[in-house]
Amino acid sequence: MKTKINTFWRYRFLLSNLIGRDLKIKYRRSKLGIRWSVLNPLLMMLVMTAVFSAFFRFDIPNYPVYLLSGNLLFTFFNDSTNAAMGSVLYSAPLIKKVYVPKYIFPLEKSCFSFINLLFSMVALLVVMILTRQQFHASIIAAIIPMFFMFLFCMGIGLFLSAAAIYFRDVMHFWTVIVMALNYATPIFYPESIWNGTFMMYAGRINPLYWYVSTFRGCIIDGVFPSGLQIALCAIFALISIVVGARLFRKTQDNFILYI
Amino acid sequence: MEPIISVNNVSMRFNLATEKVDSLKEYFIKLTKGSLKFEEFWALNDVSIEVMPGDFYGLVGLNGSGKSTLLKTIAGVLKPTKGSVTVRGTIAPLIELGAGFDMDLTARENIYLNGAVLGFSKKFMDEHFQEIVDFSELHNFLDVPLKNYSSGMVARIAFAIATVTDPDILIADEVLAVGDYTFQQKCEKRMKQLIDNGTTVLFVSHSIEQVKSLCNKATWLEHGKIIMSGDAQTVCDEYSKRY
Ligand SMILES: Nc1ncnc2c1ncn2[C@@H]1O[C@H](COP(=O)(O)OP(=O)(O)O)[C@@H](O)[C@H]1O
Ligand SMILES: [Mg+2]
Repeated sequence: MKTKINTFWRYRFLLSNLIGRDLKIKYRRSKLGIRWSVLNPLLMMLVMTAVFSAFFRFDIPNYPVYLLSGNLLFTFFNDSTNAAMGSVLYSAPLIKKVYVPKYIFPLEKSCFSFINLLFSMVALLVVMILTRQQFHASIIAAIIPMFFMFLFCMGIGLFLSAAAIYFRDVMHFWTVIVMALNYATPIFYPESIWNGTFMMYAGRINPLYWYVSTFRGCIIDGVFPSGLQIALCAIFALISIVVGARLFRKTQDNFILYI
Repeated sequence: MEPIISVNNVSMRFNLATEKVDSLKEYFIKLTKGSLKFEEFWALNDVSIEVMPGDFYGLVGLNGSGKSTLLKTIAGVLKPTKGSVTVRGTIAPLIELGAGFDMDLTARENIYLNGAVLGFSKKFMDEHFQEIVDFSELHNFLDVPLKNYSSGMVARIAFAIATVTDPDILIADEVLAVGDYTFQQKCEKRMKQLIDNGTTVLFVSHSIEQVKSLCNKATWLEHGKIIMSGDAQTVCDEYSKRY
């Protein structure tokens, strides 16, 4: 265990270098640069708000903030898990030549996506100000569901990156699962439309439901996360990390034979 | 004295799937039909060597005899299917130069990235940056993307980064085959310098003369098996007789 921590510590500079590289590659060629991570969700939110207020009449007080907060977290989930999934495969040329701890690659993608999430939080602040959303003290506590969600996504990333090496079609499955989760999580619709359906129970098994609703509680409703919410957010993160890390550790020595 | 590298009965198997199975559906169909076949290929077969501190150890053998595979198990890139490898010291791997270079990044960025890949810290790279630039002679073009460089130049940078430490062990797999004559001279000089500082070298070259003149011990591999191990002169002479 101690040597593992030492190894990680030794390679932390690699982690930060890879994150730096991804940021450079993502933003180097665009004039607006890093501002895109703010602009992009803003524009998306405008389109989606226009679409959904035209077709559906949801009884949600501040729909733009509601939609954007859910959408930002879900985009993070989608981006980080998909990027992590291909990360080891994508690093094959490197892994075949030098020894590096392989978990660095999915880990890096999770961190990179999380940094992007932090940047795009600026968009949320902008929309909150424009829509005169009241700011509550509980906004600070929003970092709690975000942090646990980061761990949750990291575990899934580890799992997927290992699985995709043996079965490339995991990638296709995952696209479908993400889409299903997008509909099964109250992102653009209110939780109340579940009332009287099986989703009242089924919907709450979904970890994303807890991360999103806890986050919104802090941002919109001005309530600090309850004990139950924190416990569930943490438990889902823990299960994800333990399962993901286990699968990754058990299979990593054979990665090189399949990539 | 303890050997700095001991390779104990190492065998390395590669699965050469007769048909590539990379989807779940195919896998289950094949599994139920019982036709999931892998052709087993042993790139190394019960190989044992011991390298003592200060050795200049050569590996000879034809292409495909398993030299690079053996070096990769020592460097920790490959985990042996059977047997074990013990290494007592830090390794500078010159197995395939330029691993982890990103052609879209500049030379400066790549030096830091490659250093990070080798496990160096930011502080260490800051301290040795100038030394690397000097050795590879690229002063004027530090901020040009690497794709605009010749392959010889890239090899030069890679060699400079990998040898900037004083490693306990240097693994050199046909590195003197790249670049021009002056660069090869420079690399050879740098390697000799490292040896004077007590670095142990594992060396693969397609030139038997080079092995003969540089190494004190050698192992001859063929189809993943050891044919002969011992004094470099003797091994090289026997090898030359055969080919
Ligand atoms: N990742 C791999 N998968 C399958 N076969 C491999 C792999 N790496 C090497 N081999 C095979 O192992 C044998 C030994 O290769 P190598 O160690 O590179 O030989 P050498 O360096 O002596 O030329 C070769 O036949 C090569 O095709
Ligand atoms: Mg080779």
